[in-house]
Amino acid sequence: MSDAISALDGARSEGSAVVEELGLRGMITLRGDLSSKTVAAAVKNLTGLNLPQQRMCNSRAAYGVAWMSPDELLVMIPYGEAEAATAKIAGALAKEHALVVNVSDARAVFAIRGAGAREVLAKLAPVDLSKERFEPGQFRRTRLAQVPAAFWLRDPDRFELICFRSVAQYVFDLLKTSAAPGAEVGFL
Amino acid sequence: MSTRLSSAGRLLNREAAVKFNFNGKYLQGYEGDTLASALLANDQMLMGRSFKYHRPRGVVASGAEEPNGLVNLGQGARFEPNARVTTTELFEGLVAESQNHWPSLEFDIGVVNNYAARLLPAGFYYKTFIHPRAAWKHVFEPVIRKSAGLGRAPKSRDADRYEHFYAFVDVLIIGGGIAGLQAARAAGAAGVKVLLIEQTPHWGGRAPVDGAEIAGKPAGDWIRDTLKALGKMPNVQIRTRMMGAGIYDHGYALAYERLSDHAPDNDLPRHRLWRIRAGQIITTTGAIERPLSFAGNDIPGVMLASAVRDYVVNYAVSPGDRTVVVTNNDDAYRTALVLKEAGLEVPMIVDARPDGGGALAEQAKALGIRVETGTAIAKVNGGKRVTAVEICPQAGEGKSMTLVPCDAVAMSGGWSPVVHLWSHCGGKLIWDADHAHFRPDPDRPPLGADGQGFVSVAGFANGAMGFGDALRDADDAGKAAAKATGGTPKRSAAPKAVDVEMAPMAPVWKMPQGAGYKLRSKMWLDFQNDVKVSDVQLAAQEGFESVEHTKRYTTLGMATDQGKLSNINGLAVLADSLNAEIPQVGTTTFRPPYTPISMGAIGGEARGEIFQPLRRTPTHDWAEEHGVYWEPVGHWRRAYCYNHKGESVEDAVQREVRATRASLGLLDASTLGKIIVKGPDAGRFLDMIYTNMMSTLKPGRCRYGLMCTENGFLTDDGVVARLDEDTWLCHTTTGGADRIHAHMEEWLQTEWWDWKVYTANLTEQYAQFAVVGPNARKLLEKLGGMDVSKEALPFMAWADGKIGGFDTRVFRISFSGELSYEIAVPASQGRAFWDTLLDAGEEWDITPYGTEALHVMRAEKGFIMIGDETDGTVIPQDLGLDWALSKKKDDYLGKRAQERSHMADPERWKLVGLETLDGSVLPDGAYAVVEGDNENGQRKTEGRVTSTYHSPTLNHGIAMGLVLHGPDRMGAVLDFPKVDGTIVKAKIVSPVFYDPDGEKQNV
Amino acid sequence: MLILQCPCCGVEAEETEFAGGGQAHLTRETVGASEENFEAYLFMRENPKGVHFERWRHANGCGKWFHAARCTVTLEVFGTYSAQTTRPPNEICDKITARRPGWSLKDWGSGKFA
Repeated sequence: MSDAISALDGARSEGSAVVEELGLRGMITLRGDLSSKTVAAAVKNLTGLNLPQQRMCNSRAAYGVAWMSPDELLVMIPYGEAEAATAKIAGALAKEHALVVNVSDARAVFAIRGAGAREVLAKLAPVDLSKERFEPGQFRRTRLAQVPAAFWLRDPDRFELICFRSVAQYVFDLLKTSAAPGAEVGFL
Repeated sequence: MSTRLSSAGRLLNREAAVKFNFNGKYLQGYEGDTLASALLANDQMLMGRSFKYHRPRGVVASGAEEPNGLVNLGQGARFEPNARVTTTELFEGLVAESQNHWPSLEFDIGVVNNYAARLLPAGFYYKTFIHPRAAWKHVFEPVIRKSAGLGRAPKSRDADRYEHFYAFVDVLIIGGGIAGLQAARAAGAAGVKVLLIEQTPHWGGRAPVDGAEIAGKPAGDWIRDTLKALGKMPNVQIRTRMMGAGIYDHGYALAYERLSDHAPDNDLPRHRLWRIRAGQIITTTGAIERPLSFAGNDIPGVMLASAVRDYVVNYAVSPGDRTVVVTNNDDAYRTALVLKEAGLEVPMIVDARPDGGGALAEQAKALGIRVETGTAIAKVNGGKRVTAVEICPQAGEGKSMTLVPCDAVAMSGGWSPVVHLWSHCGGKLIWDADHAHFRPDPDRPPLGADGQGFVSVAGFANGAMGFGDALRDADDAGKAAAKATGGTPKRSAAPKAVDVEMAPMAPVWKMPQGAGYKLRSKMWLDFQNDVKVSDVQLAAQEGFESVEHTKRYTTLGMATDQGKLSNINGLAVLADSLNAEIPQVGTTTFRPPYTPISMGAIGGEARGEIFQPLRRTPTHDWAEEHGVYWEPVGHWRRAYCYNHKGESVEDAVQREVRATRASLGLLDASTLGKIIVKGPDAGRFLDMIYTNMMSTLKPGRCRYGLMCTENGFLTDDGVVARLDEDTWLCHTTTGGADRIHAHMEEWLQTEWWDWKVYTANLTEQYAQFAVVGPNARKLLEKLGGMDVSKEALPFMAWADGKIGGFDTRVFRISFSGELSYEIAVPASQGRAFWDTLLDAGEEWDITPYGTEALHVMRAEKGFIMIGDETDGTVIPQDLGLDWALSKKKDDYLGKRAQERSHMADPERWKLVGLETLDGSVLPDGAYAVVEGDNENGQRKTEGRVTSTYHSPTLNHGIAMGLVLHGPDRMGAVLDFPKVDGTIVKAKIVSPVFYDPDGEKQNV
Repeated sequence: MLILQCPCCGVEAEETEFAGGGQAHLTRETVGASEENFEAYLFMRENPKGVHFERWRHANGCGKWFHAARCTVTLEVFGTYSAQTTRPPNEICDKITARRPGWSLKDWGSGKFA
């Protein structure tokens, strides 16, 4: 385990927002019936969190549950717990039609924080990121320039963003470019 | 001469002098100048040469509609051609050069075209250069290319950066004149989110220049107060230097913000392309004055009357000492009044209307200006500068009555609303005969997603041709747009403005009315493209009745002009020539962008390192450090080979193959797709997706499978492993991972939605390495952890376990024909595992190999490659893969299609091996030819090469190909012509060149 | 550039988040189908000037397929709905009829109601 390194090993840049790769994070894809009490209980047991509403992400400390699609959740936990947690949820759902897989290594996670964070993303994603329309807890799967990505507003001025591991460098470079000093738009 | 006046200049900062360089000369202007006003202030009226005849050209307009004043701006990495002098703000150190001339602006050889103008009429390209054919390429085209064209392409890489920005508003208002300001105020007061944009650095448009009085105060004061009020509305944002470039479906608009064109030393993005989604769009883009068509109307010094006024009032520049005003309407009298007030001479106002003008005309007369009604300019005298005009009756044929010496002419043919944006997305126009212009038809707007109109037009752009009307119109539009987007408009009246009483304008399309050919061939409609009245008449005469055809035949309104100045005048001449009414002739299509936007802005952030996403595997950095030669596979970078120092790519590939076959090779196969398929119906589902049977696969075992599309063609292949009772892991090709995952989801969601199956694409969760070669097992045993013996892990089995302390999943599969293990570890540990394998494998000379060695080895084994042996028209039967087509299954995707007559045709080319008689390598894609021609007169063929390599193992060329009756013709020799015309002979052999019995992989 | 609302995740998004998938409500033909029926299934598509039913996938989003009822002339979107249905639901047909009086499902592909 000590040999595990995230795609960019914690790369960081400062501009109109701080952009940093957050290192390894445990992530579990759970596909199943989201109205099932067993699913809700399994997730709650592990994370202490309720299932999120459509297009929301519930967070608590190092734990999170994001709504990915009508039959898919993304469960976030510390990286070291991922393998055991995957088995635990899978076990709890053994009698249901469900798919539980560890995807911790397939992704990269970034934080974009600071006053300019909304505009940094608004240069890259076709999403209304105004304060009225994008509030804390909201989770959005979309396109970031030329790749798929998902981001959510973790705190009022802190977004977290996930993308595929293979494009981590591209996404970091995009965010860094977008946050280059002097390019504040002053719109959002 | 043109010169700087002593007055202040509304937009100038006389405290801040600015130095700049034009054609190598250092000149001076002031902060607030445009390049156009600064050049005029330095008596530089001549600014360019025309497109076709190389006639001398000066500035005509003062804004975005300028056709002539296009220059090369900047140098080196900041060079840009075709910059418009009228919209280029002056800054310290600006460098500009005029373009389209040789050797110099003052003396241009190309002007000979002018004297040959009679030989270069509309459509001359199509008529003149037809014979002899070869001459087009070698004589005509090079000459035309040298003498025509605008500017030159930049040579250096652009030093600037650009970006996009996605914005969402309720109401977007384009155009920051008084109508735009009032519309913003009305919409803003209703509480909706408003964005108001203006292409220039200044608010208020023409109103301050034209002396409007609004709400009892001068326009300038009203504008200032309104901006203050808008500033207090948190829901309203306003931005200058931002042009509405285009309007598209469903409320989408592009706006082009120029951040640092006027201040290039600031470290800012140069341009920002705004991708705006608006609930409602109001265009308050004003109107553009039309030129009048009289002979010599292109001579430098002839300008739009409104532009003359702008230069005097805004920039304290007089375009000439003695300016003749020529008009068909009252508005141009304002220019005469402004000039007179500035102490300049106006020798005559030439008014084509027999009855002349109204109140403004009276003012002009009261100031002692000579006004001649019912008259026209017969001809302008001068070459590089106006020297005089000859005056004649408008009703006549152009017999000159009076010569009026002057050095400038201010012309006005009336005003055309800027309807471009309205028209971009399908808004229709109506003809307004009173003003002789097209304006938006409010009943036929562009329609949005809900089927309702989403664009409205207000102010002069809407044909409301007075300040009071414009403000009322804008106020209504602002309120209506706010209401449509959920706002609550205030009950307030629009501010009042006093408008002078105007006499009706009279349409004048030619001056004088009966001008003969000689005069008409000097009346310019489109200055930049050198299209004259006579050209449009010729087009009509030659049968070009459609306005779109005429446009293309004559080039009227093409390129930089886009119909801004030339449109109505050209249409009118065409209509007249066709004996039709203007509305029947119609307009050409207005297309975005409104004025050209930079390529950089369109590209946005996508340049350099982030031009496109580049997908990296966990060994990417290692490969960079070890001589990798990359092969792009989709967005992935895969190692083609790893070059040792001084080694060629070809040699590296040969070495990698030999080392792997002899001892031990290592391949990064992480890019191969890995899709989990799970559920009670997963087996049934995979039996539909694959041509062979997957439901019968035992847990712990692997099976090679083929996938076809519904029309029968092979689309992907790979090894499937059954993980447990209801879970399968499907490997796909590198390019297939996302595509096949989507393909599976499509069938599950749209056809078999009642089947209980979930999929997940785990491609990037794992780094996967192939450990290949006779010593592969020894390496794994050395690292230790799990039993990898033949008994515990036979060929086509898989197992989870530890290797060298890593959690792994090991697949006994082989794409090389050697003893081979494909080992998956979590991607985050991929690099560490790779390093561990390399260290431990040193004693067997472990050799990392790339995709080309992989290709060579699979070809030696006769394994097909999706994309080489398949091209979207190949079915499994063509490749001898009938064994992988399940006979037991009732159905699978592609089964029915493979029964179609063409698919079952015995004449289909089939896969064979090919071996050259001389041992050389067949050219990739070469065709085997036979005697005779086909029905298209092409040489008949009987096969083609699909893969071809030099085999280091066999030390001769090997290839695979699809050949007519190939498998039945073993030993036959085929002819493959090469590009140089010589023939390579190759013998049909089995496609399995190496270890046909599989003894090496099955140990 | 269109805006569509994905009925699966509820997002209203621009076209670049979606991928078009051609005509909706095809019936799969397979083994046993006549040559004519199979050919029609593979290749014959409505290309109406007017009301049309299409398949879309929220490719850069929740990944789900859905259907859209749209006018190919005005680009008006009458509604989006589940992909798990073999015909447009009544409420979608009603919405179309409200905007194109007299329209009914049997007019799909007839060239009427452009």
